[in-house]
Amino acid sequence: MRLPGKGLNQGAKPITFGFNGRHMMGLEGDTLASALLANDVHLMGRSFKYHRPRGVLTAGSEEPNALVTVGTGGEQDPNIRATQQELFEGLEARSQNCWPSVERDVMAVNDLAAPFFGAGFYYKTFMWPAAFWEKVYEPMIRNAAGLGALSGEADRDTYEKAFAFCDVLVIGSGPAGLMAALTAGRAGADVILAEEDSRMGGRLLAEREEIGGKPGHEWAAEVLAELEAMDNVRLMTRTAITGAYDQGTYGALERVSHHLPRRHSLKGSHLPRECFWRIAAKHAVLAAGAIERPVAFRNNDRPGIMMAGAVRAYLNRWGVAPGERVTLFANNDQAHRTARDLHEAGVHIAAVIDSRHDAPVDGPYQVIKGAQVCGSAGRQRIESITVRSVKGEEKIQTDCLAMSGGWNPSVHLTCHLNSRPQWNREALAFVPTEGAVPGMVTAGACNGTFSTAGALREGAEAAGKVLEALGLKSAAADLPDAEDDPYRIAALWAVPGKGRAWLDFQNDVTVKDVKQAAVENFRSVEHMKRYTTQGMATDQGKNSNVAALAVLADATGRTIPETGTTTFRPPFVPVSLGAMGAGATDEGFKPQRFLTSHGESDNRGAHQLEVGLWYRAAYFPKPGETNWRQSCDREVTLVRKAVGICDVSTLGKIDIQGADAGKFLDFLYTNTFSTLKVGKVRYGLMLREDGFVMDDGTTARLGENHYVMTTTTAAAGQVMAHMEFVSQALYPEWDVRFTSVTEQWAQFAVAGPKSQELLNGLLDEEVNGETWPFMGCGEATVLGVKGRLFRISFSGEHAYEVAVPARYGEALFRELLKRAEAMGGGAYGMEALNVLRIEKGLITHAEINGTVTAFDLGLQGMMSKKKAFLGQAMSTREGLMAEDRMRMVGLKPVGAAKEITAGAHLFTPGDPVERIYDQGYVTSAGYSPTLGHPIGLAFLKEGPDRIGETVRLVDHMRGVDTLCEVVSPVFFDPEGGRARG
Amino acid sequence: MRITCPVCGERDRREFYYKGAALVRPAEGADLDAWHEYVHLRENPAGALDELWYHEMGCNSWLKVTRNTATHEILDVQLASEAGLGGEK
Repeated sequence: MRLPGKGLNQGAKPITFGFNGRHMMGLEGDTLASALLANDVHLMGRSFKYHRPRGVLTAGSEEPNALVTVGTGGEQDPNIRATQQELFEGLEARSQNCWPSVERDVMAVNDLAAPFFGAGFYYKTFMWPAAFWEKVYEPMIRNAAGLGALSGEADRDTYEKAFAFCDVLVIGSGPAGLMAALTAGRAGADVILAEEDSRMGGRLLAEREEIGGKPGHEWAAEVLAELEAMDNVRLMTRTAITGAYDQGTYGALERVSHHLPRRHSLKGSHLPRECFWRIAAKHAVLAAGAIERPVAFRNNDRPGIMMAGAVRAYLNRWGVAPGERVTLFANNDQAHRTARDLHEAGVHIAAVIDSRHDAPVDGPYQVIKGAQVCGSAGRQRIESITVRSVKGEEKIQTDCLAMSGGWNPSVHLTCHLNSRPQWNREALAFVPTEGAVPGMVTAGACNGTFSTAGALREGAEAAGKVLEALGLKSAAADLPDAEDDPYRIAALWAVPGKGRAWLDFQNDVTVKDVKQAAVENFRSVEHMKRYTTQGMATDQGKNSNVAALAVLADATGRTIPETGTTTFRPPFVPVSLGAMGAGATDEGFKPQRFLTSHGESDNRGAHQLEVGLWYRAAYFPKPGETNWRQSCDREVTLVRKAVGICDVSTLGKIDIQGADAGKFLDFLYTNTFSTLKVGKVRYGLMLREDGFVMDDGTTARLGENHYVMTTTTAAAGQVMAHMEFVSQALYPEWDVRFTSVTEQWAQFAVAGPKSQELLNGLLDEEVNGETWPFMGCGEATVLGVKGRLFRISFSGEHAYEVAVPARYGEALFRELLKRAEAMGGGAYGMEALNVLRIEKGLITHAEINGTVTAFDLGLQGMMSKKKAFLGQAMSTREGLMAEDRMRMVGLKPVGAAKEITAGAHLFTPGDPVERIYDQGYVTSAGYSPTLGHPIGLAFLKEGPDRIGETVRLVDHMRGVDTLCEVVSPVFFDPEGGRARG
Repeated sequence: MRITCPVCGERDRREFYYKGAALVRPAEGADLDAWHEYVHLRENPAGALDELWYHEMGCNSWLKVTRNTATHEILDVQLASEAGLGGEK
């Protein structure tokens, strides 16, 4: 019910919105919860386990009950707290976890079976048969219990992430936070003031207490106006600080456009839905306030039972009275303001029930002292409460019960770096441990200081400490006058009695469940939490954890500090995965690297393959070719018979220069490069410090002090970092400099018997076997463009690699293809390249898999004994040179048309196919059109000594079980005459 | 976590690649035990540890970073080129 003349949103624009299909009016500035209460809608959802009718309990982000779903399909947001969802024209929200409707929920039958559903029910009941758990019980339970659901469609919203830096991060904008921000801002510090609400002011918006002789919200508005005018202060509303991390790093979730119609945040529009911030703050002032805690009594979860502070917020901020006959149940003085404010607003106070005998009387209404509420009645809304006092039990008619068990300081962020809070006996609350988070000072209610004057004072003091540490001068704080009432409270956690009294409203945990846990010896608070699921819902037990551990303390005969708290972990409020992974979806998932030939390959219908971040052409289908093998076979054959063109620019290219460049390479590679003649290329092998092979590739010497190294595509980054390490950390005294030129050069393999002929049409100076012998290199002019030519071969054919500056890459690729095709050749892709190199027994990272030594590859001869190289010492370890290691061999099928698959394991025929009999595994496989049968490279125990033997190849994944002959890994042209000739 | 790169200034840890303990490389010709220790054996203190970090998304410097493993406090940062990790030669 909206009260005329009340609230801070008077004269606000009316707004139409829908809830469960019913259309209602609210006001601009309303939350969904305040608008529903204004329309006398209390029933907002159903509970998690028992499907009990639930109404709104709080007015903030700690809300456990009023969770709704906003939007449908790809725009569906489940578990939105109605207390945070701001109203906008056309907002449509609906209740969750109910069917067919929130009023008539079929699953409410669970509530009748509640005696069976206590703590540990699932563990004890669904034990046998074991197989039933996954297939029957769990799906059944998950279907019955739950919160909102995802639509299953791709999210249509956009999200953002952002970074910010400041001297002081002030968390919370109540009196303490505003005072801290003002003090720090006036002193010239860079301040960020973050507030999770849409409006700054904290409790000042919800209370009628005055500051400096004017209403608190007016004082807040003046302070905010001053802060807004400061260039060094940044105000962030709708921004919850979610976690405290190392070195003053804070995570924050900004709800950027939840308060706007959906069109603003969908892909392609200008606003993200949410933004996840990382804020690096030199200092922080935590002024996060406190969260009011309910009292557990029988049926304390009915719609209409709300927190006393929330009732004041709805009244004083939104001008809404949540009932016409309101009762109050409290154990502290502050809660009496609720009755006072409602009475002054003309709302009937049916009774104030205070558990203390010395409770104050603040107004002309009935105050029942030393009494407790021990039950409630009503179906979908509270109708009456039962009050127990020395006079016995009496029933009081009421449509709204405001309750308060005191306040829990929001210590969460102070615990994120492993600190535990301290129990304060006066405040009956956990308060932060000093210095819990380096650089963070706490102030106000989150510190256990509950008066307005205390909050203002501590806010100013906190800022003072921070300013001192920053070396900034702060003016003496002029603190305005404010309410400074003592916080009088007496312990009251749970009202004794039969029936179910709720602690955790969101996970449906009752006092009985916690006691049951204690009886079953789950005495540790962490065990109790997991056994009962207390505090494990999306609200993380913000308003229930302390009461639950008080009940546990009582049940186990310990004090509250002895019992201790569970661990507070980030995030403070739920953060959507969309916000955390902002930017990392679709094409933003990882960078893409394209070759200069990419467009032309696409033009030719090439199938692109992801190789690390690169996209490379796998094969180029011709008309009539229906599967990749046909294309691959043709491409292999055209290289063997005519000439093929392949873009090999993805290989890492590192330009190395300096007087010690040769020495440097001698140390990096197992073999020697300082003796390499200028104009020649040499194949090199690189080890890790532990003696295993790291990478291989060719290095060309272009000048006395100038080399160009190539690495494999896969290891380019790793090799670069390794070289930097060697040059910086191990040999900083060497005169050598190097840089990656991978993207500066476009490089193409021109391979096949007609490669020389093709090149001679392109090069300004013709090449022949004498000017460009095998493994020769140097500068060459390609159609007038200065480039480089290397006579190297990864196919076993007479071949070259021609490199030009990347800007000429696309043109050269087209030209090479045109000429190759005229000679019966053409483009070849990764598939053909792979077959060609397997035919030659040449290795890639399929073989260099991190467990392989030079000896395993048959390359032990490349390990120089004349000089030191990285990995040398460890490579001599006995086990790395053992004859029975798995060593590289070739495989071909015994008989016709058998398959060889990479990943298959090898066994001695007759042995059982079991792990302990494993003789090796296949690393690379393909079909050789040249030889007319499948071929493979494998690592086999004592491999080279078993040439000619038969092994059994088993691939459980692909269902292959066949016999193979062990052969030399060089299948084709073992003498190498084709490449050299 | 942020590391102050001597070349680039204070940077987010996401710019860096972590390698592990910063140890002095044994001299060429050292026995296998020394190499075994260098390659495989590691202290795992809850406290200050010398580590190698590579400013991969920055200046490509290798850094010797002294970090408190319990609090992630960065106690010292030095260029690896000035840290004498190459050992006896």
